[in-house]
Amino acid sequence: MADAPKTPPAKPQAGGRAASKKELPDHFKPYKHVWVFVEQERGQVHPVSWELLGEGRKLADKLDVDLAAVVLGPEGAETQHVVAEAFNYGADLAYLVADPLLRDYRNEPYTKAMTDLVNTYQPEILLLGATTLGRDLAGSVATTLKTGLTADSTELDVDDDKSLAATRPTFGGSLLCTIYTLNYRPQMATVRPRVMPMPERVERPVGKVITHPLGLVEDDIVTKVLDFLPARDAATSNLAYADVVVAGGMGLGSPENFQLVKQLATTLGAEYGCSRPLVQKGWVPSDRQIGQTGKTIRPKLYIAAGISGAIQHRVGVEGSDLIVAINTDKNAPIFDFAHVGLVADAIKLLPALTEAFRRRLSPHNRDKLAS
Amino acid sequence: MHIVVCIKQVPDSAQIRVHPVTNTIMRQGVPTIINPYDLFAVEEALRLRDTHGGEVTVLTMGPPSAEDSLRRVLSFGVDRAVLLTDRFFAGSDTLATTYALATAIKKIGETFGAPDIVFTGKQTIDGDTAQVGPGIAKRLDLRQLTYISKIDSVDTDAKEIVVERRSEAGVQVLKSQLPVLVAMLEGTNDLRRGTLEEAIAAARAEVVRWSAADAGIEDMQKCGLRGSPTIVKKVFAPSARSEKAAFIETEDQVPAEALIDEIFKRQPALEDDLSALASGY
Ligand SMILES: Cc1cc2nc3c(=O)[nH]c(=O)nc-3n(C[C@H](O)[C@H](O)[C@H](O)COP(=O)(O)OP(=O)(O)OC[C@H]3O[C@@H](n4cnc5c(N)ncnc54)[C@H](O)[C@@H]3O)c2cc1C
Repeated sequence: MADAPKTPPAKPQAGGRAASKKELPDHFKPYKHVWVFVEQERGQVHPVSWELLGEGRKLADKLDVDLAAVVLGPEGAETQHVVAEAFNYGADLAYLVADPLLRDYRNEPYTKAMTDLVNTYQPEILLLGATTLGRDLAGSVATTLKTGLTADSTELDVDDDKSLAATRPTFGGSLLCTIYTLNYRPQMATVRPRVMPMPERVERPVGKVITHPLGLVEDDIVTKVLDFLPARDAATSNLAYADVVVAGGMGLGSPENFQLVKQLATTLGAEYGCSRPLVQKGWVPSDRQIGQTGKTIRPKLYIAAGISGAIQHRVGVEGSDLIVAINTDKNAPIFDFAHVGLVADAIKLLPALTEAFRRRLSPHNRDKLAS
Repeated sequence: MHIVVCIKQVPDSAQIRVHPVTNTIMRQGVPTIINPYDLFAVEEALRLRDTHGGEVTVLTMGPPSAEDSLRRVLSFGVDRAVLLTDRFFAGSDTLATTYALATAIKKIGETFGAPDIVFTGKQTIDGDTAQVGPGIAKRLDLRQLTYISKIDSVDTDAKEIVVERRSEAGVQVLKSQLPVLVAMLEGTNDLRRGTLEEAIAAARAEVVRWSAADAGIEDMQKCGLRGSPTIVKKVFAPSARSEKAAFIETEDQVPAEALIDEIFKRQPALEDDLSALASGY
């Protein structure tokens, strides 16, 4: 305490930490390789894991190191299949802890498995999905290892001195910041689903698999899973992965008018979503919210009706291939990032658009056009 | 039963503006609020206390002005408020924050009785990391229950808690042992407001104020910037896209056809995809 500074440290935001020099302690120098945690729940891999393998591949290539998948799960075919898929999505090798105690996600055995693996095999970068599972696990693992963790990253890169640069939104999305973990290993980050593109899946034989024991018995684990209730409306969870998304905002004015969004979505076989205030008003369930505190989407087509395009909304839709905005105000911020803009009253346009799409897409009509 | 709730006073980020030239946050005049998720944690704690008896202690780490937030929760009826404030904490990342908070919770335990439950909100709206709950749990060697949408039951004799945890795939019903850390999701119960009498009492109530030393923090190297493994190198505004939206202008009153033409001109493959879908009906 004697050497504690007499004046408060510099502003925590920009400059403060930037001054720190990189002096990686010797015991961290052997830490090599990029790891991606492949998350599965009940045999279903969360697609963010493949997105992360795609991103991890780029980082590993830049660093000229191996890319490894970390698979934790029950023994048996289900988990073996996850390992095989990890190779198809680009992993060079896999670390596997297979134990019946890992059937359902529980923090205690998962944290033990992951920290044991890290301490034994020493990765320099460890990436996880910013899902409920990934965030729960990442927080415990980083604290156990006393290392840095950048949550909800939207961009990852390796800079000139080979450090991981993780960029994430801050202050509710109004700003971005780039964060480093210079003096500790591994450098950890979670990444939101759909922020990174899905890599191509290429059939490959299973490569090297390193198995590791869990070293726990059920009695060691305090928390028990009494029940699991699968999400009732299975379709809702597909918003993040839909090819076409139609969304409405406060410009629609009422929950009744929001039906116009749903009707267009149905016609297009699309998913529907909304901006945050509609969830807060109780017009639309919360799993339909798009944006910083909702879902990130990457559809081929995104139609936003009556949405202003606040930064918190923008960060959730920027990965869309084609953004179409319908807004009465030609100065609305959404036109700063939309590809196609239409200054129009969405309440009038949406029904007309639904009708016009219906005509255009009906098989009957298409046959006529072709002949 | 003793329940400790961690809350944070945050800038109301809906009101934050970024300086167009310097790309810095314009904090002047930005009102502060209690992190919305933390209010659900406070509510849950008060409900449990009202059912099972005991006390609720609310803890915040922040500048002296964070006392305002503590007075507000005192007006909801919490029993005790502790403000952990010290310039050594400036610049703390999540790892340093959990060191300070966990040490203070230990001290609260020694001073006012060991907590059975430590509550946090799911995440804050300024940091958004969702790491502080898990970090505190790890440091205090508590089981952690995050993304909790509902507390089904607490059995104080058996020291058991049953909760519902939301995940992307569904809801897990989990049973764990007290003491435990619970990170609350939003929207479970209606929030109480507190009566005028409670507000007046809260204004007069004592707020326990601890420095780092008071809270029993021994290792200053683990606090603030020095104790933070993550380093913020750069803060910047999202770049504006170079090309602006192409506007559709037509004579039509409702230019739906023109819009569809434009969509399919830019995404020709989409027309086939959508038609295939449509013919499936
Ligand atoms: C911490 C935090 C997190 C947030 N997270 C999210 C998030 O995840 N997602 C999100 O969306 N927001 C989020 N927000 C809220 C965000 O800041 C905006 O308040 C919100 O996106 C605005 O929603 P909106 O565009 O629907 O409404 P408004 O801002 O009210 O805009 C309505 C728009 O509709 C237009 N309009 C009006 N009438 C019509 C009409 N008849 N036809 C067509 N257009 C019309 C108006 O010109 C206006 O542009 C967050 C905020 C905070 C502070």
